Amino acid sequence: MRVVTLTINDQLLSGRDDETILQVAKAHNIQIPTLCQLDGLSTWGGCRLCLVHIHGSDKLSPACVTKVTEGMVVETESERLNKYRHTIVEMLYTEGNHICSVCVSNNNCELQSTAQNLGIDHISLPYLYPSRTVDASHERFVFDPNRCILCTRCVRVCDEIEGAHTWDVAGRGINSHLITDLNEAWGESTSCTSCGKCVEVCPTGSLYEKGKAGGEMVKHAEFLTYIEEMRKNHK
Amino acid sequence: MNNKKTLATVWLDGCSGCHMSILDMDERLLELLTHVDLVYSPLVDNKTFPENVDITLVEGAVSSDEDLHKIKMIREKTKILVSLGDCAVTANVPSMRNPLSVGAILERVSDGSVIRQPADVPLLLANAQPVHNYVKVDVFVPGCPPSANVIHSILMDLLSNRKTNINKITRFGA
Repeated sequence: MRVVTLTINDQLLSGRDDETILQVAKAHNIQIPTLCQLDGLSTWGGCRLCLVHIHGSDKLSPACVTKVTEGMVVETESERLNKYRHTIVEMLYTEGNHICSVCVSNNNCELQSTAQNLGIDHISLPYLYPSRTVDASHERFVFDPNRCILCTRCVRVCDEIEGAHTWDVAGRGINSHLITDLNEAWGESTSCTSCGKCVEVCPTGSLYEKGKAGGEMVKHAEFLTYIEEMRKNHK
Repeated sequence: MNNKKTLATVWLDGCSGCHMSILDMDERLLELLTHVDLVYSPLVDNKTFPENVDITLVEGAVSSDEDLHKIKMIREKTKILVSLGDCAVTANVPSMRNPLSVGAILERVSDGSVIRQPADVPLLLANAQPVHNYVKVDVFVPGCPPSANVIHSILMDLLSNRKTNINKITRFGA
């Protein structure tokens, strides 16, 4: 490990060479939007919202999986990046059925706040209105695939932290969707420990506790960093 | 004649909550009406939409052939068209029927013992859609409903040609 110096948005900064652009930016209060990255889970780089421009490269790079290097010059905001981020969030809205006003996570939703922070006041792409069935077979939790943005946080927390691997993604492309066990009802799952970690890390109202009404489902993902820290100390 | 601007409000497929929010401006309505004449609205008794309206606030999604006919006519007669609230902006709750077919919905509401589609009831379109999917919208005001404060700021800004930073004051579902 060594310390490198780099420039993000004209600010001269330093970071460790095992850190990502996202980590260094966050440590210096530079906000880069992301929906799939969560401290305490492996990085996936799937949502593409954290794309940034690195000078010397025509390609945009996801900040969550790109390590900082000496002399790197990074831009996190530009018209081009904003356009991509707008389109990504609009696509997330059109690919599912997101009705914020009646959602359990209204005003506590990362998709909703991301759209607001990006300045999105309407969706210009055509909505797809997919037909998706809610799975309320679990005793304590509900999975509403209409609100799922396939960030795979639930898949990762279940596999990496709980060690159950109840969740996974089936299908390809636009047909990708979450399943429990071998595409069985969640309530019938023999691997699920009912720990509720998937619910807490879900950025939207797709996974929620039974009995919550509109706007009542507040998520707490901060337990992840405590678990990470404690496991590190017990090595 | 006075030189006041003209304001209209219309109610398509929505719950009237946005109009309740307009009324929630309370005493500020009196001040507002010193700047504008309310020329057409569910709140006033004018049966025909007038020509050359300066600002029209639209509540609700476009869900029926009647909504579609109205919004096209209103667009032609309006200078600044405002999508007011999530139903107009995103189709919101009315769009929850969209994954189902119109036939399935009509079958659900009536077993057939009464006529499912009487001649004087507007025909449902295949999908409830945001207003901007059919006509050009000039200002989007998300919120379910947007608060009286939000509606007041938007109107005062429009009347004095100021640009509002909408996302600072409201959002989807707010």
